[in-house]
Order: sequence, then C-alpha cells, then structure tokens
Amino acid sequence: MTQLDRRTLLISASSIACTSMLPKEAPAGEDRGPVDSLAPVTPHAEPPARSPQFEEALRRILGDKEARKERVVVKIPPEVENGNIVPYTLNVTPSESDGDDVVRLHLLSTRNPNARVASFQFSPLTGKSQVTGRMRLARSQDVVAVAETSGGVFLIGQQAVKVDIGGCATE
Amino acid sequence: MSRPRIKLPKKVSRNEVIEVKALVRHVMETGNRKDAEGNPIPRNIIHTFTAHFEGELVFHASLGPSISANPYISFFMRVPGPGTFTMTWIDDVGSIITEHAKLNVVWPVHDDRTDETSASNTVGTNIRAQ
Repeated sequence: MTQLDRRTLLISASSIACTSMLPKEAPAGEDRGPVDSLAPVTPHAEPPARSPQFEEALRRILGDKEARKERVVVKIPPEVENGNIVPYTLNVTPSESDGDDVVRLHLLSTRNPNARVASFQFSPLTGKSQVTGRMRLARSQDVVAVAETSGGVFLIGQQAVKVDIGGCATE
Repeated sequence: MSRPRIKLPKKVSRNEVIEVKALVRHVMETGNRKDAEGNPIPRNIIHTFTAHFEGELVFHASLGPSISANPYISFFMRVPGPGTFTMTWIDDVGSIITEHAKLNVVWPVHDDRTDETSASNTVGTNIRAQ
C-alpha cells in the first residue's frame, strides 16, 4: 500500500504523467473520503505481467513460429533507481553451427505503454551480435529480447528489472 | 539536435571486431506527456539510426518512444580496412542529422629483410618496431 501511495503521489505531484497508468478517481460530487486523500476509490488492479501490447508486438515478430529460449542474453541491472535511463546490453552468443548469424534483434518491454522499444538490424560487416543503449521503463517488469537468425530461427531471452521510480516520459 | 558524437578506437587492425559508440542529443518526446493545460505533447522521437562504412550498411536501428532521451547506441563492426563511417539519425518531424568519423587502421609493418624466422641473416638492420 505504501508503494501505491508514494507512486500515486509522485505521479500527481509532477505534471509528467503516464496517463495510461493512472488508476481511476471517484467522480465529482461523490464522497472521496478525507479531503486531502489522493487514494483512488476504485481498487488499483495490478496490470498484467505481460501487457496486451506486448503480446501483440511479440506475435507480430514471431508470426506463428516458436522462439527458443537460448543464446539471447539481456543484461540490465536487476534494480534501477531512475526508470528514465535504464542501461541495457543485448548479446546473442555465437552458435556452434556456421551460417547461423543473427540478422535482427528486437527489444521489448512487457509493461510500458509502448511495447516495442527498438529493433536492430545487423549486416555481414557486424562481427558481433551485441548492442548497448538506454531505455525507459515505466515500472518494474521483465525486459524481453527476440533474435532472428539468417536461418529463420527465433531466439528469446529476458531479464527482470525492478524500477524504483518509473519513467515513460522525458526528463 | 546538436552535433552527434561518434567514438571509435584510435588504432585498429584489419579484421579486428571493434565497438562503435554513437550519442546524439534529442528530447525523444514520447507522445504520452501532457502540457500544463492538459493538451497532449505530440510525439517527436528519433525513429531511425543507420551506420554505413565506406558506403556499405553496417548497422540499422529502429527506435521507439521507450528509448531514453539523448539516445546512446553502441554496435560492433569487423574492420575490413581503413575508411569513413557515415551515420544518420532521422526523427518524426523529418530532421536528418548526418555525422562522419574516420577509422584509422594500422597496417602491420612487415619488412621483407627482417623476417623473424631468418633474423640471423640480417645484419645491423631493422629498427622499425613491430
């Protein structure tokens, strides 16, 4: 409950809001309890661990194919303070078989308003299937990466990240 | 967007796999925010980043609103030889920023007279370091 109040206060206090994340407030005129209470009247339903937009984005990438849970390493600190700047390194370890190069690498968020964080495309000149960058995480969640090899095989990996103060807006 | 920064290793060898780092200043406005009056602030993010080396595409990135402001990106390239990188960033309002960076490739120095296996044959010679 403490986390909810703090989070709600933070969201209300700053004008930077991820509006899709706000819980519903009581309609005007109804008893909202103590006048200075910011707690929502409707119970805060916990959003799903895998948002609909994430499922949709994953489905679009995979089509009707399965993804193997191997070789894809998502390196993110397990806990971050500022959800606006979350460093990530994605790496696909080389396979034993030749000609199994990674062609594309997709980075997905399971709980952001926008599930598709980025998509990377490699070339024969690339040399190593590794990318580093910084992303925004609205809240604690799993971060998922899907790799596509030249042989049409999909590989998947993930990392759970705890976010202290979420960010899906700009600083 | 102000001028981007590209970071390359100073001296590389042919066939070496190097890390290429690029940073550009950009607000990466998500489109989720509202201004003081409650009007939505329109989305404006860099949606595409490309890196070419001597005209050949090395790396391409499609970025979404979940990428942090002032996007930093690093990728890798196996060095084919000396040359110049050309990188572009394109955002939602159509701004295109291009930046170049030269890659210095150190050619291994081989002097025919100082073949290591026959060093004893050479007399008073090679000062050039490997």
